[in-house]
Amino acid sequence: MNSFKKNLLKKRYNAERRFQWYGKIAIGLALSFLAVFMFQIFSKGYSAFQKTWIVTEVHYDKELLLIDAESPSKDDLENADYYDVAYKAMTSLDPGLPEEEDRQLIQMVSYKYEAEVKDLLLKNPDYLGKIVSIKLTASDDVDQVHKGNYPRDIPEENRRVNDYQLQIYDMLNERGDILSEFNISFFTSPDSREAELAGIASSFMGTVFSILVCLAFSFPVAVLAAIYLEEFAPKNKFTDFIEVNINNLAAVPSIVFGLLGLGVLLAVFNLPRSTPLVGGITLSLMTLPTIIIAARASLKAVPPSIREAALAMGASNMQTTMHHTVPLSMPGTLSGTIIGLAQALGETAPLILIGMVAFVNTIPGTPVDPAASLPVQIYIWSESAERGFVEKVSACIMVLLAFLILMNLAAQIVRHKFEKKWS
Amino acid sequence: MNLILVTFIILLAFTSYYFGRKKALVIQSSQRLTALPKFYGYYLAAWCAAPALIIFALWSVFEPSIVKTFILQDYTDQNLTKNELQLIYTKVKALAAGTYTGNITNFLDESANKYIQLKGIANSAKVAIILAILIFSLSFAYRSVQKNDRMREPVEIFLKWVLFVASLGAVLVTIGIVFSLLFEAIRFFQAVKIFDFIFGTHWYPAKTFVRDGQPDPELMKDAFGAVPLFAGTFFIAFIAMCVAIPIGLLSGIYLSEYAGRGVRKYAKPIIEILAGIPTVVYGFFAALTVGPFVKEIGNAMGLEVSAESALAAGAVMGVMIIPFISSLSDDVMTAVPQNLRDGSYAMGATKSETVKKVIFPAALPGIVGSILLAVSRAVGETMIVVMASGLAANLTMNPLESTSTITAQIVVILIGDQQFGDPKTQSAFALGISLFIVTLFLNVIALSVVKKYREKYE
Repeated sequence: MNSFKKNLLKKRYNAERRFQWYGKIAIGLALSFLAVFMFQIFSKGYSAFQKTWIVTEVHYDKELLLIDAESPSKDDLENADYYDVAYKAMTSLDPGLPEEEDRQLIQMVSYKYEAEVKDLLLKNPDYLGKIVSIKLTASDDVDQVHKGNYPRDIPEENRRVNDYQLQIYDMLNERGDILSEFNISFFTSPDSREAELAGIASSFMGTVFSILVCLAFSFPVAVLAAIYLEEFAPKNKFTDFIEVNINNLAAVPSIVFGLLGLGVLLAVFNLPRSTPLVGGITLSLMTLPTIIIAARASLKAVPPSIREAALAMGASNMQTTMHHTVPLSMPGTLSGTIIGLAQALGETAPLILIGMVAFVNTIPGTPVDPAASLPVQIYIWSESAERGFVEKVSACIMVLLAFLILMNLAAQIVRHKFEKKWS
Repeated sequence: MNLILVTFIILLAFTSYYFGRKKALVIQSSQRLTALPKFYGYYLAAWCAAPALIIFALWSVFEPSIVKTFILQDYTDQNLTKNELQLIYTKVKALAAGTYTGNITNFLDESANKYIQLKGIANSAKVAIILAILIFSLSFAYRSVQKNDRMREPVEIFLKWVLFVASLGAVLVTIGIVFSLLFEAIRFFQAVKIFDFIFGTHWYPAKTFVRDGQPDPELMKDAFGAVPLFAGTFFIAFIAMCVAIPIGLLSGIYLSEYAGRGVRKYAKPIIEILAGIPTVVYGFFAALTVGPFVKEIGNAMGLEVSAESALAAGAVMGVMIIPFISSLSDDVMTAVPQNLRDGSYAMGATKSETVKKVIFPAALPGIVGSILLAVSRAVGETMIVVMASGLAANLTMNPLESTSTITAQIVVILIGDQQFGDPKTQSAFALGISLFIVTLFLNVIALSVVKKYREKYE
């Protein structure tokens, strides 16, 4: 072999190796995007599952509560004035503070601290007249300081927590009066303007309701349509048109469905705005083609021998389909449905258009109550300026992703466990 | 009222099912049945529910407009425009419902009374007609059951019709989309010239926010030029494609040609996770992590970078789109017949030469199709742009500045309370229909390219 040929061969082999490396790098990049992404979300979000409390002492003084009765009833406790008692509980942290500076201490707990003081007494009526220790929800700034997310070294005027508050925080922390516990209220309370009180209960219920409505509308129609197209439809121009239609519908941008919901469901049918009912119907229009395509594929996968056997036994076409083909295709259809619903679960834009971005601070009990949904909640919170919402958004994303993973797992299980293999 | 009627019909259908079945069992004792007993029940139930429910649906659709014409008949001599008539009708309805807060004139009061009266008549007429239809169709069906007619065929034909109607659902959705978009868009184009919309270079709809009176036509002319939005949309899609095409294509090639079974089995679904993550999550990631990161790098290089740059949004969108290209091109390349590969190897080509000179050209139509689908996806993407790129429509080709897209503007315009009839709201529908047309166009081309390619090798 002469040197020219040798060189050429070497070059070609080098090119080969380079090309292979390009492929490896591309896959590595794609995987590392995913890894960085997950790391970011988890590292920012895990702290939202912890809630910070400030422990202090409260004196349920009858006089300050304005209770006259000797043995007060539930109603008396309900209607008592808790303002002073709660105020004193906070200011007692630093008795030396001049009165006009009291606000600084009050700002260290959430604005609902008065309600928390009240709730403790309502739960334990025998605390009346006693001095007991109480846990109060820390304000989101103190919460962030405790979690170490707040830079303490920037100049005081740029900080929302001033030096005095930091000093009190350090003192409390040393005493062990700052508690960090699992944040149950994140899952049980509705949205709030205050980061430390905000929870996902309202948006979670909104999501559940919309997905159920979506399922109720899209599944029956999609399965029936798939049965018709796959088993009964004559081959003509019109059924071709329906087919093309379904394929195109599957690729229409989701926001267009939002416009449809707005222009038809709200403007023409006058359905209630901002409700999971409208959101669910809008999403169901979007999932319809996905389920039809999945159901058709799994009907197609049922071997003809099954149909022929049924027909040979004297079953009619309809009986063959309903008694044999459709039940056998159900696992595939169901897993396609779950995947379609998982897609619908993550949709945000169409829900924004039909008004599910409204601030809702009650937990919806029915599909016709105004609600948000988890993805929309992520959007709402990420538009808030407060630092405390960043971890809330990340935590909400974690819940949403967990939901999605569960649904996809369910789809896999349904497929592998119940699907018959024909071969 | 409506709910009670529908429940009544459905309950009646259930009872008639049992009734029909029982009748069949009675017939069975004397003569041979023409079908299984349950078909007798289905027959009766279908005859009971279907006609009544169809009439009910038609009635509910047409009743409001008929009542409306009756009410507005009284106003025909006053020479009012369409909008004024609509306003009057809304007032009448509000007054009848007791939620009207404005000035009540005698005329309005009269109309409201007439409205209530008409509604009452319509309601009782509806109940009477539906009851009559129920009695009629049930007695007809019961006679056939008694005569022991053939029962299975009609039931199956009915079921087939139900299936057919369900398959029309998808068509109905498309029609709904087209009409709802067109309806508002046409009204928009009555106020704004279509020429100004397509070729205008200035998008600033907030300018025409008018509370009362007609908007200034001069302002309207300059406020709804969609060129910056079209440009922004394709610009961001272009940036996304710059990220997604090389990475997606190379991963696809590696997966289909080089990767061992084990790698392929795990790497492919893991990459596909990227497509399953909700877009709002990408938006948050782009706004909070990528945007500031791009800004920092730019500032370090002495460039002026906006915190909400097109680059950040486009790059994150590109990551989202990688799996669309990698999985589809992987499928297409795996489907290239093995003999093409073998032929190339037999001529002494290396693997990469085979990929570049044989497999890639053979799979090109499919790959182009997958890229077009990905572009259509990028054009329709909303949340990433809303959260990570700006909301002001700048006509710019600088990836470090902020731009806006069609989808983002639709959200900006329609978030919060909308006022139907306002050109600003209508402009969102005009944008929606242009988006619909663009994506439809891309999809039709992509699907036909892919289809043609498949036929070639099958």
